[in-house]
Amino acid sequence: MIKILLAGQGGQGVLSAGKFLAESGLHEGKEVTYLPAYGPEMRGGTANCSVIISEHAIASPLCNKPDVLIAMNGPSFHKFAPRVKSGGIIIVNGSVSDCYAGRDDVHVYDVAANDIAIETGDVRSANMVMLGAFIALTGAVKEKSIFNCLNEKFVGKPHVCEVNGKAFRAGMQAVR
Amino acid sequence: MSKILLHGTEAICEGAMRNGCRAFFGYPITPQNEVPEYMSVQMPKIGGVFVQAESEVAAINMVYGAAGAGIRAMTSSSSPGVSLKQEGISYIACARIPCVIVNIMRAGPGLGGILPAQGDYFQATKGGGHGDYHLIVLAPSTAQEACDFTYRAFDLSDKYRVPAMILADGMIGQIMEPVELPPMRDLKDIPEKQWATSGHYGKERRILNSLIIKPEELEPHVNELQRTYDEIYANERKAECYKTEDAEIVLTAYGTIARICKSVVDELRMQGVKAGCIRPITLYPFPDDAYAKCAAGAAKAFLSVELSLGQMVEDVKLAVNGKKPVYFYGRTGGNVPEEAEIIEAAKNALKKAEAVQ
Repeated sequence: MIKILLAGQGGQGVLSAGKFLAESGLHEGKEVTYLPAYGPEMRGGTANCSVIISEHAIASPLCNKPDVLIAMNGPSFHKFAPRVKSGGIIIVNGSVSDCYAGRDDVHVYDVAANDIAIETGDVRSANMVMLGAFIALTGAVKEKSIFNCLNEKFVGKPHVCEVNGKAFRAGMQAVR
Repeated sequence: MSKILLHGTEAICEGAMRNGCRAFFGYPITPQNEVPEYMSVQMPKIGGVFVQAESEVAAINMVYGAAGAGIRAMTSSSSPGVSLKQEGISYIACARIPCVIVNIMRAGPGLGGILPAQGDYFQATKGGGHGDYHLIVLAPSTAQEACDFTYRAFDLSDKYRVPAMILADGMIGQIMEPVELPPMRDLKDIPEKQWATSGHYGKERRILNSLIIKPEELEPHVNELQRTYDEIYANERKAECYKTEDAEIVLTAYGTIARICKSVVDELRMQGVKAGCIRPITLYPFPDDAYAKCAAGAAKAFLSVELSLGQMVEDVKLAVNGKKPVYFYGRTGGNVPEEAEIIEAAKNALKKAEAVQ
């Protein structure tokens, strides 16, 4: 079982990345839950969601102590870094955040997601860069499931699909 | 059939539509706006009716009318909105019209907050509106159950001619999980309602009414309602018992909180504490048999965990009937307890119980 907390600024694709991850897990026949924080959020505010992928039935859908934190911006990195399980992984968007977690019992990966996404074609796919890094580090779902899901989601939009695919692959490379 | 990823709210809608719901009336309120949103798109596709009413009061009375005409009808709201519906629900209960009411609970009292809560337990299970009546109350804990229980609620409601309620916390509304959808039921398979005011057409005259002014008529009517509730109590109590056989500390919770409690049970067992969890599936009728069984067995203490300040715990106490101590742990305001909090509360409860023995 892997518990993932995705967090960032509203509009960065945090919730869609979480949903996408859950979809990909479901593609492999795994048990998944996706729980968005649904406070009185607004554009430009904070957004976060919890995703659990498991071989077995999932009891609690909460991720109070995630195995992995995917932080798309500085405020969410600093807010949630203390919660990550000891020995866990933090992937932080180095384009817009520092990478000092204030603890040395977690693995912090600095991924310049915005810069990489701009290079691969569209800054809006920074969330896919982060997902790429996540999959490369954890193998939580297969690369193939992500691409199957991408093709399904952006059917009839080959360009969007390609840009997101490129961003995802670049994210995988960034942590290798 | 393969599973698809659905919001809890969407799962509720699918469960309803697939079991013949063809009329939905609602008014927006967080955290259940996805229900009317989804219904507004889907209902026209299956020949159903969607109306965004001018208020919650109007919506429940539209349900009264549509369901009275024999259509399977549903309304959905969240706590303050469900309070507004109570007059209509009482009328519907008295007129014995089957329908389904969904309450995705938010934090109260008052307008409160929009985050998850379970503060409407009393309102849902003890009547809610005026007069002697009950609803059949089902409490889903997963998106799959949100679908399945809503599906089942329509059958139960029709069978007993008692309105049914789906009582869920805000997390059930927002969570996305894999759901296997039941097949779309043919409307012809749903038994015809011999009491429905579905047009005269040469039939005998049918009247649905909740005004029964003569005491010699109202009392037998209320007694008949009570007989139905007794029948429902005898037939429909349902709970999930998780690792309770040898449990010394029996946690109990419904909805999402029960899932957190199950994780707590696993963690406590890893620490060598014999823990279990009773999850009521029907909140009315309350599954008191499950508690009585544990109370007569290995249980040393019970702990009711709620997103309220102690509502279900009263039914737990009645069910345990003084045989073992019953403790309580709850959070409100939209806060959800972390596993560590519940673990500590469970250990404390067990310690207290062992001290008094």
